[in-house]
Amino acid sequence: MEDQKNNSGRLPRKRFYRARAHSNPLSDSHFPVPLTPSHVDYSLHYPYFFPSEQDTADDNGDVAGVSKAPIPICNSKIRFVDVGCGFGGLLVSLATLFPDTLMIGMELRDKVTEYVKERILALRVANPGQYQNISVDRTNSMKYIPNYFSKGQLSKMFFLFPDPHFKEKNHRRRVISPHLLDEYAYTLAVGGIIYTITDVEELGDWMRSCLEGHPLFEAVVEEDLEKDPVVKLLTSATEEGQKVARNGGLTYRAVYKRIAPQAVDKIAKSN
Amino acid sequence: MEEGSIEDGEKISRETEVAPALIAIHPLEKSVVVAVGSELRIFDLQGDRSITLLGDNSGGPLHTDAIRAVCFGATGRVFASAGDDKLVKIWNTESWQCTRTVSSEKRVSAVAISHNGAFLTFADKFGVVWVVDLEKDDEKAAPLLAHYCSIITSLDFSPDGQFIASADRDFKIRITVFPKKPLDGAHEIQSFCLGHKELLSACGYIGSFVSCLAFVHTSEYPQWFLLSGSGDSTVRMWDFISGTLLDTCEVGAQAELVESNGEECPRVVTDICASSDGSLVAVAIQRQVLQHFGAFLIIFGCVVLTCLLFRYCSLHGVMLMCCNFSARTLSVSKVVTVGESFVPTRLGMSCSAEHLWMVTGASNLPSSGPLAHVRVVSLCQKGLDPTVLEDGAVPGGKKLLEKLQGSLTAVKQVDALVAAAEAVKMAMRNLLIKREYSMEKRELRKKSRNDRKLKQIL
Repeated sequence: MEDQKNNSGRLPRKRFYRARAHSNPLSDSHFPVPLTPSHVDYSLHYPYFFPSEQDTADDNGDVAGVSKAPIPICNSKIRFVDVGCGFGGLLVSLATLFPDTLMIGMELRDKVTEYVKERILALRVANPGQYQNISVDRTNSMKYIPNYFSKGQLSKMFFLFPDPHFKEKNHRRRVISPHLLDEYAYTLAVGGIIYTITDVEELGDWMRSCLEGHPLFEAVVEEDLEKDPVVKLLTSATEEGQKVARNGGLTYRAVYKRIAPQAVDKIAKSN
Repeated sequence: MEEGSIEDGEKISRETEVAPALIAIHPLEKSVVVAVGSELRIFDLQGDRSITLLGDNSGGPLHTDAIRAVCFGATGRVFASAGDDKLVKIWNTESWQCTRTVSSEKRVSAVAISHNGAFLTFADKFGVVWVVDLEKDDEKAAPLLAHYCSIITSLDFSPDGQFIASADRDFKIRITVFPKKPLDGAHEIQSFCLGHKELLSACGYIGSFVSCLAFVHTSEYPQWFLLSGSGDSTVRMWDFISGTLLDTCEVGAQAELVESNGEECPRVVTDICASSDGSLVAVAIQRQVLQHFGAFLIIFGCVVLTCLLFRYCSLHGVMLMCCNFSARTLSVSKVVTVGESFVPTRLGMSCSAEHLWMVTGASNLPSSGPLAHVRVVSLCQKGLDPTVLEDGAVPGGKKLLEKLQGSLTAVKQVDALVAAAEAVKMAMRNLLIKREYSMEKRELRKKSRNDRKLKQIL
């Protein structure tokens, strides 16, 4: 089994990475967390763009046989984050759609994270030069978002098919909540977009009402949604989305834009 | 067998839960309040009399469970107290009548009053900060902001009233813009001050929790700075507008110089106290090792003092430090001894920074019940070393001590002080340090989940 898992070059098989569908975000975490956003090790996540010193010293340490040319996006930071990326379907689709943008998936379940890691490595080997801009980390995004991203760093955040946590007692475990939106607003640049989608109507209403009630977010108008190539991926790219589509289920989408706080003052004054 | 020990580790019975004694000083040093357990002990320094609290106007009773947080407003007109009985009480400091009681859904861990006196904020154990409009009488508390399910340990307003700082049991310090209409929530985060970290030392696990915050400032610079103390044995200085860490002072290493026994052990910074002009900052530290009680009080002077490093044989001391605003550095300058087994649980200072007030004690001890012991360090004489005042020389004299401590002599028993320090330390550990389980235990915990148990029975 170990052999099959580590057989790089071939896509990992999900059956070796089965995990419980739910994970408790409230429990104390015992995995390493970067101290600050500047402690996030980009050379580990994106070795192609951020070769570590050892790699450069080692002459032929070629990543998937690709010769190393100076890479234009070296100075860039992570711009897209898929919170609760699951098996990584969205990241894989976005990687080729935005080849010059660094993106990361965050996932709390360690087995699932392992799967995504293997999947990305295999894709990099099979498609030289591609998929170098995506990575994944095992973390609790509800607690540690500020440890990964500085103020205004992100331009897109994805929350696709999150755990619905039906019981009222467990609503505080929902990944979209009025208080967590403050943190998302902090990490998103003005104009940045937050994409949410679910197949649970109750959760769809909840996410929309949280975003609607937040002074730093504004709904993206339908016209812009149609122009946005990412919107289509919300249902088609993720494993959850495909499952819902197979079963002919409905999805509930809420896409909001981060707005500047000054605009908030103006709204308040005009009212 | 194995399972039994897990259960033990998880259950912390209410009986062993102990609250540290607290102290708050009126900004003009008109009165001093000590909170031990559910009791507020107040001495009016201006009128030279002790105050007896008589129920209150708002219909509610006095506190019925341990008080966890006390504070005066910036002008000293109002005083707030709150704690495990889920009540936040607001007192008029002239009449010492309770003018209002706000109930909280959860136990309260911190309180702060905005500098204009218009709003009271309090934080609960779920990490939510609530705000109350003090000018409107019957409005309920509204949620202001939240740390994600982490106990908030400290809450403070920046002195210009623009920001509210909140620190939690994880390691986060969040600086939030305090809005014009706080009842609608504070949504704009100015920065996160990140840097306090978890460490494993030779003597065991050190928590990364942030225990205390203080804003400091000097007239030469328009900017305010933030100081934070943590379970990781450091005091850190921040530019809180950008969240940049400016300097870190390892208090453990500094205390080592004084102790000179070569033993390295984690020390928890339990409180920071800064004079409003920033010329003086004091820090209380607790040693995380059984049987040894290091009692240190570190004082940071913002003007660089000529450092006289005394050699102390005793463990029980006060340490002076310097904080250089232009170089943005923080360093130890001096230590002053306090006395046998005196580990301050909370510090207090008035605006004039004439005296540094310290209290040690615990809400509930098996042997002696509630205990509070107050000491005062005189800081006023320029050029002279800060000295610990004798009981008779304390402002308010023995009368004050009798009121605040409940007795003049009982509190001086070393055993009682040692027991109190130990109880407070254990309570703090239980509350703030993450419990570590071995892999085996974690697997076992998963197996013993309730739904699995049910299945087995069926």
